[in-house]
Amino acid sequence: MRKQKLVIVGNGMAPGRMLEYLFDRNRDAFKVTIFNAEPRVNYNRLMLSPVLSGEKTYEDIITHGDDWYGEHGVTLHKSARVSEIDREAKTVTSENGVTEPYDKLVIATGSDPFIIPLPGKDLDGVLTYRDLDDVERMLDAAKRGGRAVVIGGGLLGLEAAAGLKMQGMEVTVLHLMPTLMERQLDPAAGFLLEEEFKRRGIDVRTKANSHEIVGDEAGRVKAIRLDDGTEIEASIVVMAVGIRPSAELARTVGLEVNRGVLVGDDMRTSDEDIFALGECVEHRSMCYGLVAPLYEMAGVIAENLLEGEAEYTGSATATKLKVTGVDLYSAGDFADGEDREEIVLRDASAGVYKRLVLKDNAIIGAVLYGETSDGPWFFDLIKKRTDVSEMRETLIFGQAYQGGAPLDPTAAVAALPDDAEICGCNGICKGKIVSAITEKSLTNLDGVRAHTKASASCGTCTGLVEQLLQVTLGDAYNPAAVTPMCGCTHLGHNDVRRLIKSKELKTISAVMQELEWTSSGGCAKCRPALNYYLVSDWPDEYADDYQSRFINERVHANIQKDGTYSVVPRMWGGMTSSKELRAIADVVDKFDIPAVKCTGGQRIDMLGIKKEDLPAVWADLGKAGFVSGQAYAKGLRTVKTCVGTDWCRFGTQDSTGLGIKIEKFMWGSWTPAKLKLAVSGCPRNCAEATCKDIGIICVDSGFEIHFAGAAGLDIKGTEVLGQVKTEEDALEHVVALAQMYREQGHYLERIYKWAKRIGYDEVRRQIMDDAEKRTAYFDRFVHSQKFAQIDPWSERVSGKDKHEFKPMAVLSQEAAE
Amino acid sequence: MNAEIRNWIQIGSLEDIPRQGARCVKTRGMTVAVFRTATDDVFALEDKCPHKKGPLSQGIVHDGCVTCPLHNWVISLETGAAQGADDGRTLAFPVRLEDSRIYIDLSHSHEAV
Repeated sequence: MRKQKLVIVGNGMAPGRMLEYLFDRNRDAFKVTIFNAEPRVNYNRLMLSPVLSGEKTYEDIITHGDDWYGEHGVTLHKSARVSEIDREAKTVTSENGVTEPYDKLVIATGSDPFIIPLPGKDLDGVLTYRDLDDVERMLDAAKRGGRAVVIGGGLLGLEAAAGLKMQGMEVTVLHLMPTLMERQLDPAAGFLLEEEFKRRGIDVRTKANSHEIVGDEAGRVKAIRLDDGTEIEASIVVMAVGIRPSAELARTVGLEVNRGVLVGDDMRTSDEDIFALGECVEHRSMCYGLVAPLYEMAGVIAENLLEGEAEYTGSATATKLKVTGVDLYSAGDFADGEDREEIVLRDASAGVYKRLVLKDNAIIGAVLYGETSDGPWFFDLIKKRTDVSEMRETLIFGQAYQGGAPLDPTAAVAALPDDAEICGCNGICKGKIVSAITEKSLTNLDGVRAHTKASASCGTCTGLVEQLLQVTLGDAYNPAAVTPMCGCTHLGHNDVRRLIKSKELKTISAVMQELEWTSSGGCAKCRPALNYYLVSDWPDEYADDYQSRFINERVHANIQKDGTYSVVPRMWGGMTSSKELRAIADVVDKFDIPAVKCTGGQRIDMLGIKKEDLPAVWADLGKAGFVSGQAYAKGLRTVKTCVGTDWCRFGTQDSTGLGIKIEKFMWGSWTPAKLKLAVSGCPRNCAEATCKDIGIICVDSGFEIHFAGAAGLDIKGTEVLGQVKTEEDALEHVVALAQMYREQGHYLERIYKWAKRIGYDEVRRQIMDDAEKRTAYFDRFVHSQKFAQIDPWSERVSGKDKHEFKPMAVLSQEAAE
Repeated sequence: MNAEIRNWIQIGSLEDIPRQGARCVKTRGMTVAVFRTATDDVFALEDKCPHKKGPLSQGIVHDGCVTCPLHNWVISLETGAAQGADDGRTLAFPVRLEDSRIYIDLSHSHEAV
C-alpha cells in the first residue's frame, strides 16, 4: 500500500505528542512532513518558566531532538511559516517556497499572545511571553538590570514576574482585576498569592489600568503610565494578558472559523481531510490553553488518522502555578451561583486556604493554596462527578480523612484508584506508573520519568510519583537515604572515602569485598571513583588500575565524536616560543592533522588524530620538550596567566612567573574533577581568575587568593580565601587548598560544589587560620607528587601500554568472508 | 533451522587483551571490538555503539557490559543490546576460546537470547 502523506502545520507540544501516539500505533502508515515557523525542534513550552528563572536550560526542555525526526523518517522544515493551503490540489506552501502535497493535513498553529492596543505597544523593549525567543529577549534584558513591568496577573504573567525577579530585576505586576489569577482563583486565594509575591519583593498592583507606554527619543521603553496618572519607570514591559487562537491561516483558506478553528468531536474541521489540533482549536465553544486537553485531542486525532472513530468530548482542566515555592492548585469551575454550595477551610497561621464548590452533591470546582497534595484526588472526583454526600463533613480535609482513621499522605496515594491521573501534563494515571515500576523494576524517580514520562514535564507531580514509588516498593525505596555512589553499593561517597582510610583499603577489589559491593566487579560509575580515591589516599602504594579509568585518562588524549583523539601539550603559564610552535607545525604536517585550535586555557589543541598515531605524535612533540598538557584529566589542567610586570603597564606582580611556578609544582596531580587555575597581574583580571577553580589576583601589597568559581554548566564568581604577602605564601596556600579538596571531594565534584557542601568558612579556617593544618596538607601534596609527576606521553613513547594503540589483528577480505 | 556452518578465524590469544579491557580487530568493512571480562570470558561486538557509533572498544568493561565512551550507553557484551531505558542493538559475533586461543566467526552475527 502506498504510504499516505501527512502534513502538519506547526511543531508545538500537541502535534509532537500526536506523532508519538501515531507512531506507537502504526509506525509505517504515514510519510510525515512538518512545517515549523520557529527555527528549532520540538520543546516543552510548559518549561519556559524554569528556563526564564534559570533553573533549566533550553537543552533540558527539548522533547524531540534532531535525531528523533531522522529516526522516524519525519521531514521537518524549520523557519518555514505556511502561507498557503490549496485544498483543491491538496498542497501546502510555505513563505520560503517549500510546497508539499498531502493526503491528510493537521493544522496546529497554536496561539498568539494578545497585545493590548496601548499607545507605545510597538516600542523597543515591549515583549510578550510565548516562546523561547521571548524568553531569550527577557534574559537579555535582565542582564542589563532595571525594572520589568509585567502586564497581566494570570498564570503566565506571574511566572514571568517570578522568573525575572530571580534573574535580578526589579519587578512590578500590573493587573486589571481586583485579585490575581481571577480565572482560576477565588478572591481569597488570589489575596494569599498576592501577599506571597509581595513577600518576594515583587511590586503587585491590582485594579491597575495601563494607559500608555512611554518611550525615550531612541524609541525604547522608558516608563508605563496608568489611567490614574501614576508613572512607573520600566526598562522592559512584558505583556502577558492572555492568548488567542491563531486561526488566520485556516480562515484565509475558507475553513469554518469562529474564535478558533471549528472542529467536531472527531477533531475534523469543515474539510474532511483537515484536522485541527491544540490551542488554535475551538471545540464545543471552548478554546483550551492548558496542555492536558491538547494531549487528549492529540490522542483522538492519532486514532482517527488510522481510520479509528475516537471522539473528543471536552476536558475538565486543572492548573498549577509553576513558581518554585508557591503551592497552588485549581480545577474546575468555581464561580458563585444559586444552585451551588461551598466548603471553605482557612488556616491563616499555616498559610493554607482550600475551597470546594459543590453542585448536586458533586464537586465541580476546587482551589487549594499552600497545601495541594489532595489536588489530584479532588480533580478525580470532579471528573467522575462522584456523589460526595456521604463524606461531606470531612471532604475538605482531603482524602486522608475519609473512612476511619486519618491516613498519611502515602496511604492517601495508595488509596487512589488505578485510573486516577497523577501527571496532568502527560495524562499518566496511577496504574500505568505502578505497572512500570513493577515490570521494569524501577527504583527511583529518574527511572519512572524515563519509562512513563510522568513528572517529566512541569514536574509538579514529583511528590506524588515519589509516594507511588514508596507505596509500590515499600522499604526498598528510601529517598531520604544518602545517595549511593552507584547501583553497586548503598554507601555514599563520604562513607566510602572514610572507610578506605579507616579500614586501610588499598585495592579496588579490597574496597568491593570489605564494603560489600553488590555487583561482581563494579560499574562504569564506581570504578573510576574508587580508582581516584585510592590514588589520592595511597599515592605510594596503590597501583593505578587503567581499566578503571575513562578512555581519555587511559590513553592520555581526548576522544572525539568520530573516535579520533585530540592532543594538547603543556604550555607553561600559556607561554610558548618559535621552537615550540615550529615543532607543533611540523607534527601537524607530518600526521596530516585536520584541525588546530587555541584552547580557553592558553594552549594549542590538535584535533582528529588517529589512535594508532598517538605514540608517534607524542614522540615528535617530546623531542621539542613538550609534555602532556593533561587536557583530558580529572586533575590539574592549566594555569592561565596575563603578562604581568614583564610587559603590562598596570601589572603589579610577576603573574606569568607565579603561574608557571604553580603549574610546574602541581602538574600531574589527580583531583576529584578537573582543576583550572589562573593568575592575574592586577585587579583588571585579564586572566579571568575570578571564575576559576582557584585564582590569584595580584595587588600591590601581595596576592589575593580566590577559589570555588565556575564558568561551565554553572556560572559563579569566586569566593575570596584570603590575602598573602609573598609568592611562596601564595603557592603554599594554593597547594594546601588543592590537597584539602583532593582528600575530601567526591569524584567528579568540582571545587565550587565541594566548597559549598563543606562551607566556605570551614575552608578559610583550615587553610588561612590553621598554619599547622595548612603545612600538613602541603606536605601530603608534595609527597604524592613524587609518584604523579611522570610524563605519561614519554612513558608510552617508551613502550608502556603498547596494546592500547595497535589492533589485535588485521584480517584480509577473504578471511572475513 | 539450517545447518551451522561456522567460519572460525583465529585472531590472537587471551593474554593479548587486558582483563576488563578490549582490543580491536580490523576487517575490510568494519572494526570488531573483542572484550575480555574480569572472569576471562571473551565477547566480540561491532565497534560501534547503536546510539552515535561510539567506539565501544574504548569503553569501561564491567559486569558483562561495556559503557560507551561517548555518551555512557551501556551495551551487553553477549547480545549487543542497549541496557536500561535506551533502545538499540549492535552486532554481536560468536567467539570460541580454545586453550587461550581466541577464534571469532564473522559470518554469523547472532542475536543471542
